[in-house]
Amino acid sequence: MAIYVGESTRLVVQGLTGREGGFHAFRNRDYGTNLVAGVTPGKGGTDVQGVPIFDTVAEAVEATGANTVMTFVPPPFAADAVLEAAAADGIRLIVCITEGIPAQDEARVYAYLQQTSRTPLIGPNCPGVISPGKANVGIMPHEITLPGPVGVVSRSGTLTYQAVHELTTRGIGQTTCVGIGGDPVPGTSFVDVLQRFEADPETEAVVLIGEIGGTAEEQAAEFIAAHVTKPVVAYIAGVTAPPGKKMGHAGAIISGSSGTAKAKQEALEAVGVTVVIDPTQIGEAVAALR
Amino acid sequence: MDLFEYQGKSLFARMGVPVPQGRIARTPAEARAAAGELGGRVVVKAQVQVGGRGKAGGVKLAADAGEAEARAAEILGMDIKGHTVRIVLIEQVSDIAAEWYVSFTLDRGAKQHLAMVSAKGGMDIEGVAAEDPAALVKMHIDPVIGLAEWQARELVYRAGLDRASARASAAVLLKLYGAFVGLDCDLVEVNPLILTGSGEVVALDSKVTLDSNGFFRHPDFEDFRADFTEDPLEKMARERDLNFIKLEGSVGIIGNGAGLVMSTLDVVSLVGGSAANFLDVGGGAGADTIRNALDVLTRDEAVRVVLINIFGGITRCDLVAQGIVEALGSLELPWPIVVRLDGTNATAGRAILAQAASASVVPAATMREAAERAVELAGRA
Repeated sequence: MAIYVGESTRLVVQGLTGREGGFHAFRNRDYGTNLVAGVTPGKGGTDVQGVPIFDTVAEAVEATGANTVMTFVPPPFAADAVLEAAAADGIRLIVCITEGIPAQDEARVYAYLQQTSRTPLIGPNCPGVISPGKANVGIMPHEITLPGPVGVVSRSGTLTYQAVHELTTRGIGQTTCVGIGGDPVPGTSFVDVLQRFEADPETEAVVLIGEIGGTAEEQAAEFIAAHVTKPVVAYIAGVTAPPGKKMGHAGAIISGSSGTAKAKQEALEAVGVTVVIDPTQIGEAVAALR
Repeated sequence: MDLFEYQGKSLFARMGVPVPQGRIARTPAEARAAAGELGGRVVVKAQVQVGGRGKAGGVKLAADAGEAEARAAEILGMDIKGHTVRIVLIEQVSDIAAEWYVSFTLDRGAKQHLAMVSAKGGMDIEGVAAEDPAALVKMHIDPVIGLAEWQARELVYRAGLDRASARASAAVLLKLYGAFVGLDCDLVEVNPLILTGSGEVVALDSKVTLDSNGFFRHPDFEDFRADFTEDPLEKMARERDLNFIKLEGSVGIIGNGAGLVMSTLDVVSLVGGSAANFLDVGGGAGADTIRNALDVLTRDEAVRVVLINIFGGITRCDLVAQGIVEALGSLELPWPIVVRLDGTNATAGRAILAQAASASVVPAATMREAAERAVELAGRA
């Protein structure tokens, strides 16, 4: 099994007619993802390389049975796009790749989704989700992945690639790699993904990649202590980051004394997680679990 | 983006939050003129983007315009925690009957807005929270509904603010919350919010952090930068759309993706070195971006070696290699460059570098090896 995306994924892309959206959506299709539709208001009735475009998500769902939305809509319109996707019956996952959405929009959308459709939202500002050998919904380079037993969840994009690369070069494959994104209010948190990996019979171990800022890693540690039986290997980026500076990601900032890498490492170690201090040791640490 | 006190207050005034009459000054003579216009006793306040200025001597009272000039002469040019004071705010002295604390921020753990109010204002709030946690009232706010009027009243009563002026203070809380949401702030903090002898509620200070992702809704906010003393390298990098932060070490770092670059900094430190900067070229960087990034680092005299760490996804390693080769040809690069390429088109990228056969390009197979080589070369330079 895989989590979030797999053989039953029927993908509709908001922004398929744009350069970025089109490029990645068709890369996803070439990998085997079932790309069924695009949505661009005002371009309904046209097509891109044979993929039909609709004016609304609801129309796309009705005509094609789409169940997963990927969003490439620019920041000023992204919150609205996610709300539209959540309102469409039949959509069971939204993956928002867009970077640069205001935190106030994210907070409002997150709270609204919790109160209404409860549709899981992955991202924003994330590389998406790949279940190797099955489906890729996002911008991760599938070439570095390999089907196998390890679940990967990460706040970072390229650092995820680094971790997956370390696993794959050792012949250790992945069930699903989930990039939850580097923003202050991610739609999906470590805890949500850990819960799914714990429930997934094919996932035998989990790699968790965190970074400075917020308390998501500490919350993950609490959840692991109470609910996760599978071994977890973790890496936290930003040990040497200075306080008060946003390190590239909007959410990667040490505020006062909170959000440091050290506190996160300690919280995870305290609950039995193997914490490595160098990302190139992730592969070794997972191999050592066997 | 952290604002100066006077900039935050200008936004408060725009949103209807009462603030004292004030003027900014960049020279003692301007301070004198400002104090003269305001009349009476004034306070001269250093404008710095860091806390603790009061203890550092950055806030002083003046009885008249002449004294204001003298106090401004003392404060301007002062160093407060590494920040040089270039601007002072001259304000009319307020008649303070009570000092309170209020802030609105995002609680990332709860994914809701968080209001914090205390009757113990005017002091270090983290100290208040540690010594007397009950004195700091916290309340979550649903971002969909926003701060309800009853919640604003509840905050005032529960924190034990003056009951006679409760209506006025609740109204100010609502306006401050309106600023927090409507102006896309990460933080709105007022310490102290005061009650005056005549019963008015006034924001005597402001600490505002703006979310730059919200600037498309507030294009004028970019203008606030004009008064910042930005690091010249950070300014240059920003103008070239590079995500750059100046640090203290000697190993220049260029990478793609925030997490990978942060991690590269850490690994350099792990093997005994120290990074000169954080530089994220972002996703999909072309040859130009790499050349620009190298150009920025040539302006930093602390750099002894540069480490380029790329894991290609949307970024293509062949384009990165081309950028390096172009930079070698067009810029004077005074240091060796250790290059680690993996991911999309890595083989092609490595071949381009091998073909260029430059003595200053040192290839590395892994991130760890790249860090070790870079630190070794930095030590030798």
